[in-house]
Amino acid sequence: MTLNYLLKTALIGLKTNKSRAILTILGITIGITAIITVMSLGKGAQNLILGQVQGIGAKVIAIAPGRQPEGMTDFASVFTDSLRAKDLTALERKENVPHLSRIMPVVFGSDTAVYDNNIYRPTIFGVSSMFADIYDAYPSEGVIFSDEEVKSYADTVVIGAKLKDKLFGESQALGQKIKIKGKSFKVIGILPKKGAGSFINFDDAAIIPYTTAQQYIFGIKYFHRLAAEADTEANVDQTVADIKTTLRASHNITDPTKDDFFVETQADAMKTVGTITNVLTLFLAAIAAISLLVGGVGIMNIMLVSVTERTREIGLRKAIGATDANILTQFLLESVILTCLGGILGITFGAAISLLASVVLTKVLNQTWGFTVPLTAVLLGLGVSAFIGLVFGLYPARQASRKSPIEALRYE
Amino acid sequence: MSLIKVRNLEKVYQNDSVATSALAGVSFDIKDGEFVAIMGPSGSGKSTLLHVLGFIDDYTGGEYRFDGKTVFDYSKDDIAHVRNQKMGFIFQAFNLLARTSVLDNVKLPLVYSNVPPEKWDEMARAAIESVGLGHRLHHQPSQLSGGEQQRVAIARAIVNNPNVIFADEPTGNLDSRSGGQVMEVIQRLHDEGHTIVLITHETYTAEYAERILRLKDGRVESDVLVEERRRAADHFVK
Repeated sequence: MTLNYLLKTALIGLKTNKSRAILTILGITIGITAIITVMSLGKGAQNLILGQVQGIGAKVIAIAPGRQPEGMTDFASVFTDSLRAKDLTALERKENVPHLSRIMPVVFGSDTAVYDNNIYRPTIFGVSSMFADIYDAYPSEGVIFSDEEVKSYADTVVIGAKLKDKLFGESQALGQKIKIKGKSFKVIGILPKKGAGSFINFDDAAIIPYTTAQQYIFGIKYFHRLAAEADTEANVDQTVADIKTTLRASHNITDPTKDDFFVETQADAMKTVGTITNVLTLFLAAIAAISLLVGGVGIMNIMLVSVTERTREIGLRKAIGATDANILTQFLLESVILTCLGGILGITFGAAISLLASVVLTKVLNQTWGFTVPLTAVLLGLGVSAFIGLVFGLYPARQASRKSPIEALRYE
Repeated sequence: MSLIKVRNLEKVYQNDSVATSALAGVSFDIKDGEFVAIMGPSGSGKSTLLHVLGFIDDYTGGEYRFDGKTVFDYSKDDIAHVRNQKMGFIFQAFNLLARTSVLDNVKLPLVYSNVPPEKWDEMARAAIESVGLGHRLHHQPSQLSGGEQQRVAIARAIVNNPNVIFADEPTGNLDSRSGGQVMEVIQRLHDEGHTIVLITHETYTAEYAERILRLKDGRVESDVLVEERRRAADHFVK
């Protein structure tokens, strides 16, 4: 028996019942379409988020208080007040962290902002003048506050596009005064609109000097974050190590497992984002895969019908010399071809849907949503289809191969 | 020497609690190159006998040796191989594969043989030519007459050049003219040296053979040589 001949035979068998074959593979096609779509969109979403994380810059290092939570019961440790002004001073010393190019404290929270009769609840960021450089967020109108203003607890604010819209509508905002938590702030800058698709966007934010934020808005003496940057990408790891050493010294910590802060780089963040999106994608794909199981049962059902219908053919083949294995291979190949056809159709449909979705999402999010059909998804789709054909075709094929030629020839 | 050697052959079908005896002690020999017709009314056991002879079915008593060996001497796969290499089958219902060309139908036994694929075409064409259907190579069974279909089945039976051809009522579904053409081909195969075992219930058809074995109730009733053989050629002259 040659593969060529087997393929020809299988195709004749399938052509004989064209519409039945199409209906049979529909289940597989739908399942694979779902899997490919989920995996492709998942990859697209991942690329988008990773692209934005990457946009933060490879040199950025985030320092947060507390430590990475070790489990569900460990959340309390996240909310600590371990990062203080003396840590900032220590980190700013060149001899402690030689490759640190800049460092900025961040405090944030939410409170009401009022202008005229308009009330809105923006996210309030207390930062330094480095804010624009670090987050690539330059005001489209006006300026950002200066170092002097930060030092002098100035009451100046840079507002996001949405906040501007909510409080001022179409009217002039620059130079106006708004009240945040009852305190008056002068609007000195307005940030351009970034859109909901952005990983970090300050559309909704009121950005004020961190000194003012600590003192008047939040009433705290610590920082929620320290945003730092290494001078070069190559020095990121060294800088992270230096930061840890400096902070441990500042906090009198000798055992690194007792750290009351943690340091995260862009690479760490990307790894986390990657892991989360991968898990989500796989989870969704696994749900989609259930439909494949249903499709597989359909295949088995139709193959059993086909085996019964072709009992005489099986008898004839055996009478003229086909072995059990020959018959088994023939029917198994037929079901594998069926499911693989379903798989190929599913991959095509899935890719088409993803392409369409990427076009739509690009429009809706105002962000480039890359269209990707991961090779792994295609291989997985084909592999799973073939596997289902094998598994669900095995029982019917065995039934066929076990038919005795005499019974089969007598069958009417 | 005897190609087929049957001694006290018995076949009992066990169905639940009922045992039905299809063959109740049959003995005969068929020599290499013989043309034997097995006759009998329906229920006489002739089809069962053909299936046992063709290694399609086993037996429950006595002994049957084909080319010196019994069906029990072989593994299941070897039996398939013997059927493929040494036996050719012609059925009353033709049993051609639908939607498959004449050429591919005739190739079927080669597919299960050790013949290399590049020779299949040539061998199948030769077999089809020999039954006079060289012009029908790419037709499908549904496009052929009953007589032509049976000749395709004959081509399929001889394509592997088997030692013996078992024909089970080959003219049963055909009109007399097509039946005559089919018998002409079978007779010619015999002239060329093939051993033929023909099952029929018509004396007319049986008389194409050299020898007629009559079965009744699972036993051999008579075993005689045909004195005046019917020649297919004469049939057409008339």
